Amino acid sequence: MVHKSADQNLLGELRSVLGDRARDGDFELGLYSKDGSVLEGNPMIVCLPVNTEEVQQIVRICRKHDRPFLARGSGTGLAGGAVPVGDPVVIATAKMNKILEVDLQNRIAWVEPGVLNLDLSRELSPLGFHFAPDPSSQQVCSIGGNVANNSGGPHCLAYGVTSAHVVAIEVVLPDGRIAVLGDLTAETPGYDLRGIFVGSEGTMGVATKIAVRLTANPPEIRTLLLDFADVRDGAATVSAIIAAGLIPAALEMMDQRAIEIVEAFVNAGYPTEADAVLLVELDGLPGGVEHGVEVVRAVAARHHVGSVRVAADDAERDLLWKGRKNAFGAVARIKPDYYLHDTVVPRGKLVEVLEKVYRIADAHDLIAVNVFHAGDGNLHPILAYDSKEKGVLERVHAAGRAIITASIEAGGVLSGEHGIGLEKRDYMGMLFSAHDMATQDLVREAFDPDGLANPLKVLPSGSRCSDSFGQHVPDGAWV
Amino acid sequence: MTQPEAMQQEVDQFAKDVGASDPVTVIGGKTHWQVGGLPEPETREVRAPAGIWAHEPEEMTVRCGAGTTLGQLSEELARHGQMVPFDMDVNATVGGVLAVGRSGFRRLRYGHVRDLVLQIRHIDHRGKIVSSGGPTVKNVSGYDLCRLLVGSLGKFGCIAEVTLRCLPIPETTRWFTGSLDPFELHEKLYRPSSILWNGLQVWVCLEGVASDVAAQAAPFNFEEVTGPPPFPNVGRLSVEPKDLERHVASSKSACLAEIGVGIIHTNEVVHPPSIPDVNLSLMRDLEERLDPKGRLNPGRQVLN
Repeated sequence: MVHKSADQNLLGELRSVLGDRARDGDFELGLYSKDGSVLEGNPMIVCLPVNTEEVQQIVRICRKHDRPFLARGSGTGLAGGAVPVGDPVVIATAKMNKILEVDLQNRIAWVEPGVLNLDLSRELSPLGFHFAPDPSSQQVCSIGGNVANNSGGPHCLAYGVTSAHVVAIEVVLPDGRIAVLGDLTAETPGYDLRGIFVGSEGTMGVATKIAVRLTANPPEIRTLLLDFADVRDGAATVSAIIAAGLIPAALEMMDQRAIEIVEAFVNAGYPTEADAVLLVELDGLPGGVEHGVEVVRAVAARHHVGSVRVAADDAERDLLWKGRKNAFGAVARIKPDYYLHDTVVPRGKLVEVLEKVYRIADAHDLIAVNVFHAGDGNLHPILAYDSKEKGVLERVHAAGRAIITASIEAGGVLSGEHGIGLEKRDYMGMLFSAHDMATQDLVREAFDPDGLANPLKVLPSGSRCSDSFGQHVPDGAWV
Repeated sequence: MTQPEAMQQEVDQFAKDVGASDPVTVIGGKTHWQVGGLPEPETREVRAPAGIWAHEPEEMTVRCGAGTTLGQLSEELARHGQMVPFDMDVNATVGGVLAVGRSGFRRLRYGHVRDLVLQIRHIDHRGKIVSSGGPTVKNVSGYDLCRLLVGSLGKFGCIAEVTLRCLPIPETTRWFTGSLDPFELHEKLYRPSSILWNGLQVWVCLEGVASDVAAQAAPFNFEEVTGPPPFPNVGRLSVEPKDLERHVASSKSACLAEIGVGIIHTNEVVHPPSIPDVNLSLMRDLEERLDPKGRLNPGRQVLN
């Protein structure tokens, strides 16, 4: 792809602040033109600031030149939220990766946005704490990205998503001012600006420091692997566990195809002949965990469980989780590319929607693999394909739309944890009225009246009052 | 008429009640009526619809009219062994609790009330219905306006209908008291539901299965009590958890601190803290955009 050549005045000004950390070489522009989605954009310049002051200067310079900008963490987002549209300046936070302070008395840590999710939990572990959101990409995704997307992960079933774990955020607003949204006190005075910023996908400014809540490590953890000869029994077990008044720390499901792929990849002893497995984790005090194990066993027995395997030690537990968390990568064993959806449906509708997913994939001559957060009804149907096949992307998109439609018809939502970004913004109208979206845009606009912060994301063009780029299909985004 | 149609009719009626022109204020249970100041005299009063509209125990969600009282809500949920841990006056309404945005005394374990909100339908200044969030337990579709509505005292809109996340009622709930160091307790106990401290005496709420609660309490010289002590209710101070000790020590009247949370209930008048200028300008801008004529709950102030 041909990148628009950099505005030399803009580049010069950025270089006067950042030196050679303002770049327009083909390598960087190529690297930052994509994220974890199938979309591709066109950055004009890539900046690698090291502190808040530099981010502020970048934003001010961009404003002066009327140039859009886009903050980017590790680029693992799956909805195109970090795909640069409108020839923006990309503000990559990779060099802002310090854990600034661990404040045990307040049970928070101040971190820079480029700190990786798992690095933070590893750092906190000797102190007896961790950062609860744990997306599958946690080895590489950044805390700043987690804030932008309000990320989840398997353990948010019991612990809640990122928003519940971020108490304050230092932000460079789109007009270049610096604000701290939220604070370390229990009830921040005024309106909850922190709450609306989390999950706003970089459209309300750039997070430069984040105060995250520390969660105490549980004294006891038990991980169970349950296999079922019929996926319907597995799904019914999910609902029945929750209905029995038990909220496991995590409750994950894999279908037959996922089990096969994952087992070939990690050799964790996943039962490849099963139609579905559930990975159930219980944590807390010993009595509650023991009680939970009994409830899970009893409920599963009523739903024709095959075998129940309890991880004997941390190594076995880690191996089981390794399988789950690497499932997406393992899909490459059957097809080189995949497209992942993230809808949420009521738990009671899991079976019905799963069956539709298989039918939709068949109808579009695609392979569907399901590995997902069953406990909170968060489906992650993977459509595996080979991008070299002619016309395959059209089929992938048509199938995706059908899956989203089926999920929303079942009383679900568009996205559970990956965000809307670019990829799903034109589906927002399936969930919200024009007036709902116009109201959302009023709020976004209070933060960014000129529409310079990560333009064209989240809301479809028509609903944005200040959309200066205003096309239905954004210029410069290719699939 | 089906139930969804009946519910829609009630929300539509509430939208008509709120209307689009004159100043209007929403009444809940009036249990926190003074928070943010009283509405201007003679402001027209409206009430949000009441009633449990859907409770699906296996989904652990409940959808109700914002005028539903906490008493009604907990009675319905308890039938299925569930709760929404608001911990407030049974006459308070769900919409009122969210508009005020204060958490109950078990926040240490259950978190802020805003984290229990999944979906809100509110009536905006033009009398139109706005939906935000989503009905499922997990959702990141679109900007989460629910966050702005919680604690907004109705300045951004009148909450009509709410979907909340429910939790299982713990098998055992026990309260203990003693003359112990509350900070040491906070360090040693795993996920206590509440630790309250008046500077001399501590009250602890432990929940879970009976054996865990007993084992957690055993090492301490506790006396079992039936519940928390009365809360001083003149003022409410919000500080960093690490500063609680200093504030309690300097308190001139009776007070009760929520350890690990940072709330102090006191019998002194508390002046709201100031808001930094940049934040204040953003917040005023939001007020201007979401209610340009200032017709929603005039007189009440979130920003001082």
